[in-house]
Amino acid sequence: MNLASRPTGRLGVAALAGVFMLAVSACAPNDSNGSPTGTPPPSSANAGTSGSPCAKPNLNLIKPGTLTIATDSPAYDPWFSHNDPTNGKGFESAVAYAVANQMGFSAQQVSWVDEPFNKSFAPGAKDFDFDINQISITSSRAKVVDFSDGYYQVDQAAIVLKSSPYAGVTSIAALKGATIGAQIGTTSLLAAQNVISPTHEVAVFDDTNSAKQALLNGQIDAIIADLPTAFYISAAQIPGSTILGQFPSSSGTPEEFGMLFQKGNSLVGCVDKAISALKNDGSLAKIQHRWLSQDVNVPELH
Amino acid sequence: MASAPTWQKSALQVERERARRQRSFRSFVIATVSTVVLLGLVVWAVLSSPGWPSVRATFFSWPDAEASFPAIARGFLVNIKMFLIAEPLILLVGLGVALSRGTRSAVMFPLRALAVIYVDLFRGVPTLLLVYLVGFGLPALQLQGVPVDAFALGLIALTLSYGAYVAEVIRAGIESVHPDQRAAARSLGLSESQTTRSVVLPQALRRVTPPLLNDFVSLQKDTSLIAVLGLTPAEALRQANVYTSFHFNYTPLLVAAVFFIALTIPLARFTDWLGNRALARQHSAGPA
Repeated sequence: MNLASRPTGRLGVAALAGVFMLAVSACAPNDSNGSPTGTPPPSSANAGTSGSPCAKPNLNLIKPGTLTIATDSPAYDPWFSHNDPTNGKGFESAVAYAVANQMGFSAQQVSWVDEPFNKSFAPGAKDFDFDINQISITSSRAKVVDFSDGYYQVDQAAIVLKSSPYAGVTSIAALKGATIGAQIGTTSLLAAQNVISPTHEVAVFDDTNSAKQALLNGQIDAIIADLPTAFYISAAQIPGSTILGQFPSSSGTPEEFGMLFQKGNSLVGCVDKAISALKNDGSLAKIQHRWLSQDVNVPELH
Repeated sequence: MASAPTWQKSALQVERERARRQRSFRSFVIATVSTVVLLGLVVWAVLSSPGWPSVRATFFSWPDAEASFPAIARGFLVNIKMFLIAEPLILLVGLGVALSRGTRSAVMFPLRALAVIYVDLFRGVPTLLLVYLVGFGLPALQLQGVPVDAFALGLIALTLSYGAYVAEVIRAGIESVHPDQRAAARSLGLSESQTTRSVVLPQALRRVTPPLLNDFVSLQKDTSLIAVLGLTPAEALRQANVYTSFHFNYTPLLVAAVFFIALTIPLARFTDWLGNRALARQHSAGPA
């Protein structure tokens, strides 16, 4: 390698260093926007000492005056309806608007953004106030993001084709030899792996659509999904399928869906207050009743 | 035997060599300092950024790397297996299509047309779409003998996609062989197929080895696309993604990347070596 031996080499080094310094200063952190790890600007949460910290003008929002809510796209039934979170239909859309209303926002003051699940926990600033996307609260996740209190307690269920040899099965042990499919990142996958612990490795799909196609094709024997999704699949999406049963809920602490926030977001407490108000006055139960199947006849697998 | 006086370097030559050594030493020092300063500035810029602690925690977490390692290593065996089976299949398809495109007789026209359509179609379709189409579409036809196994279906999809690329590479190699070679072989009494087999293909394939290996480096990484079919056991990137989505930590993806790099870098160096060897042979060729 020729290592610049001519006297002009020194000039080259100087130029190189100069260019690089420029580049470094160009990508130096931009403080004018307020870094996500910094303290919230005094104008929002701390200034309005006169009202309650959860009064609408005192909230620390991404866009002042607007509650910015995120969910993944596509937004699946029955959590949303027709892939449109803004219509207030579907369980999570309805919950989001109820929470917003509780916090003093009109429907017009709610704005939705698309947030892919895999991006929702990325480090750095977020472009939403909270994300509502069937995200289960777990302790390892809570190290990276903040969660609201749970707004839905999740049960897992197994779906099979009626023509399947596993269609008459009543116990979890009988599913051991089956090829099980579940969606990545869901606690359904955890349940499939840990509760059934099948002899074949669980097939991991990007979404329930892929899992459904694999079930129809005979590539897998059963899908594990949360109960509302299982209802939706068996009732509306795959006519020849049936819910085998739900998993025993006895094991450990109940699993809940929570809204996801930027770590340290001061909004969490206010959303928690709204959720607890909705729980106490029965609104949350009503929303659940309206949008999620309340079929109590699902047998428990044992 | 009259011994000549032993040759000694002149003072001028000694001085010249000393100056040369000094210059090269100085160059070495400058290059080293410049490199260290440059790297230092990069590292400093990253480490002093306000978001670095959270980036380090989510992308460079050693406990998460350790915890996800066994599953990713297990998954990587699936990638290697798929790669090793797909590669010869792709070469076969590519060679067959390239040769079909090179036929000249009128009776072979349908074959030529088919080869052109195949290449145009499968090179233009995104590989992921092809994986979905073959992986979920083919078994949905419920035909006798169509596999339902995600591994076999993924293999078919990758072979179809990469076969089109490789066919074009091989065709370019075949066309790069000078027509005189073919003419000379024919004048020696070799038949058309003998000419192709013994004269054209050996030269063509040697020339396209570097771009072929380049395609195979790409194939190694694209084996991870099969994960969308719910491949069991899952391949490395999917294993990493499972961990990432459970624990909200991206470190396993980097672990998977290290596995892929560990496989592709030796292949890249091998490609370089092959290319250099071919070049050296060409340049050291005897009188024309």
